[in-house]
Amino acid sequence: MIQIFSEMFSYTFILRAIIVGLLVSLCASILGVVLVLKRYSMIGDGLSHVGFGALGIATVLNVAPLKIALPTVIIVAFLLLKISENSKIKGDSLIALISASSLAIGIFAISLKSGVNTDINNFLFGSILAMSKSDLILSIICSILVLILFIIFYNKIFAVTFDENFAKASGIKTNIYNIVISVLTAVTIVIGMRIMGSLLISSLIIFPSLTSMQIFKKFKFVVITSAIISVVCFMIGITISYIFGTPTGASIVIINLIVFIIFWIISIIKRH
Amino acid sequence: MIEIDKLCVGYENKKVIDNLSLNIKSGDYICVVGPNGAGKSTFVKALVGLKKEMSGKITLKKNLKRNEIGYLPQIKKIQDNFPASVYEIVLSGCLNKLSIKPFYSKKDKEKAIETLKKLNILNLKDKCYTELSGGQQQKVMLARALCASDKIIVLDEPVTGLDPTSTSDLYKKISELNKKDGLTVIMVTHDVETSLEYATHILNINGKNTFFSTISDYLHNNTCECVESEAFNDTNI
Repeated sequence: MIQIFSEMFSYTFILRAIIVGLLVSLCASILGVVLVLKRYSMIGDGLSHVGFGALGIATVLNVAPLKIALPTVIIVAFLLLKISENSKIKGDSLIALISASSLAIGIFAISLKSGVNTDINNFLFGSILAMSKSDLILSIICSILVLILFIIFYNKIFAVTFDENFAKASGIKTNIYNIVISVLTAVTIVIGMRIMGSLLISSLIIFPSLTSMQIFKKFKFVVITSAIISVVCFMIGITISYIFGTPTGASIVIINLIVFIIFWIISIIKRH
Repeated sequence: MIEIDKLCVGYENKKVIDNLSLNIKSGDYICVVGPNGAGKSTFVKALVGLKKEMSGKITLKKNLKRNEIGYLPQIKKIQDNFPASVYEIVLSGCLNKLSIKPFYSKKDKEKAIETLKKLNILNLKDKCYTELSGGQQQKVMLARALCASDKIIVLDEPVTGLDPTSTSDLYKKISELNKKDGLTVIMVTHDVETSLEYATHILNINGKNTFFSTISDYLHNNTCECVESEAFNDTNI
C-alpha cells in the first residue's frame, strides 16, 4: 500500500491532481451541504455545463481554460441566482436550457478547432493530466479562499440557509450571502471540472452532503463529516484509478455512490 | 416604544394597509386579528423590516433598533431532513449581535442556554429540530426570537397547526414572559378568544374597519362586536 502511494506521488501530474482534487473535494462538499439544503443542487449541475462551454471556447481561442471559464461561470451563477429569486420564470427549466446550450456551444467550438474527440472526452469526463502548473497555483489560491470565506461566514450562512426571513429580520443582507455561496460554488466547479469532468463534478457537490445527512442531524457535524467523506472518497477513488487504470472522475463518483449506499443502509437499520 | 404614523404597506401598487397609526408602549401585549388576506402578516413584516413602508413612518424609540425585534415567522414547512440541532437554531437568534464578527461570543452562547432553560427545553438542546413535535418546534422558534431580543417579540400565527395542549402551553409561556419580564408582545392570531384572555390591546386589521383599542374598550364597544364575530367566522372557514 505504502509502495503504491510513494509510486503515485512520484509522478508530478498525479501529485498535482491529488493536491487540487483534495482541495476541491473539501470545498465542494461543504458548499454542497448548503446547496442541497437550499435546493440549489441543480444550479451546480447547470454551472458545470456552462464551464464545459467556456472550456470549448477557450480551446478555440487558445487561451488558458481557467481564465475564460472562471469569469463566465461566475457571471452565469450570479444570473441563475437572480432568476431563481424571481418566481415568474421557472428556474429548473431555465437551468436545463442553459445546460444543453452550453454543451452544444462547447462541442461545436471544440470540433471547429481540432475535429478530434479526445478533448471532448477529457472535458466531459475529466483528465488527471489536465492540470498545468499555473492551473495548480490558481486552483490552490481559489480553494483556500473558498475555505476561508466559508469559515468566516459560517454562522451567517447557517442562518440564511435555515430561515432566510429570520436572518433578514436580524439585519443580515441575505442576498449578499446567496451571492457569496453561488460565486464560491462557481469557482469550485470550474477548478474541479478539469479532473472530474463537467458531467461528474456536480456529484462531488451533492454526494458527500447527502451521505452525511443520512446519519448526522447537526449542521456542524454534517459539514465536517461530509468534508471528511469527500476527501476519503477522493483518495480511494484516485488510488483505484491509478492501480486499475480506470478513469479518475468515474472512479471517485463510484466510491461516493458506494459510501452513500452504506450510510443509507446504516440509517435504515438505526431507525428500526 | 414604537410609534407608527400613517403607515401604508402593500404589494406592488396595491395598498394592503392604509394609513395606520398607533403607539406601542413597553410591556404591551397586542393581538393582531382580522380576516385572511387583510394584511396582518404584512403589518408585522413591516415592523421587523422585511417589508418596506410605501409611505408613513415607523419610529423606534428608547434605542431600539430594527434588528432588535425578536421575530417568530409564520410556520412554514422546514425541509424534513434539515440537519440542525435545537442549540444551533436558538444560538442563531443572536445573529443580530454578530454584525461583522464571524463567531458568536461566550455571552451569546450563555444567552442561548439561559433561554432554553427559561422555556424548559434545555433537555432538547442536542436534538434535531425536524424530529421534534410541532409544539416543541414552536418553543424553539420562540427561544430563538428571545435570543434576538428581550424587549420586544413579534409572533406571526405561532399556534397554527398545534394541538390544544401545546397551544395553551405556548400561550401561557408568552403571557408569563409578558407579565414577569415586561416583554412587549405583538402577536398575529386567528384566535380572538385567547387574545381577549391574555392581551392588553387588540389591533383589528380589516380594511376600513381597522381599529386599535384596549381590551376593555373593545369589549364595551358594540360596533366592534360585529367585527369580532366576523373574525370568528373567519377561523371557522
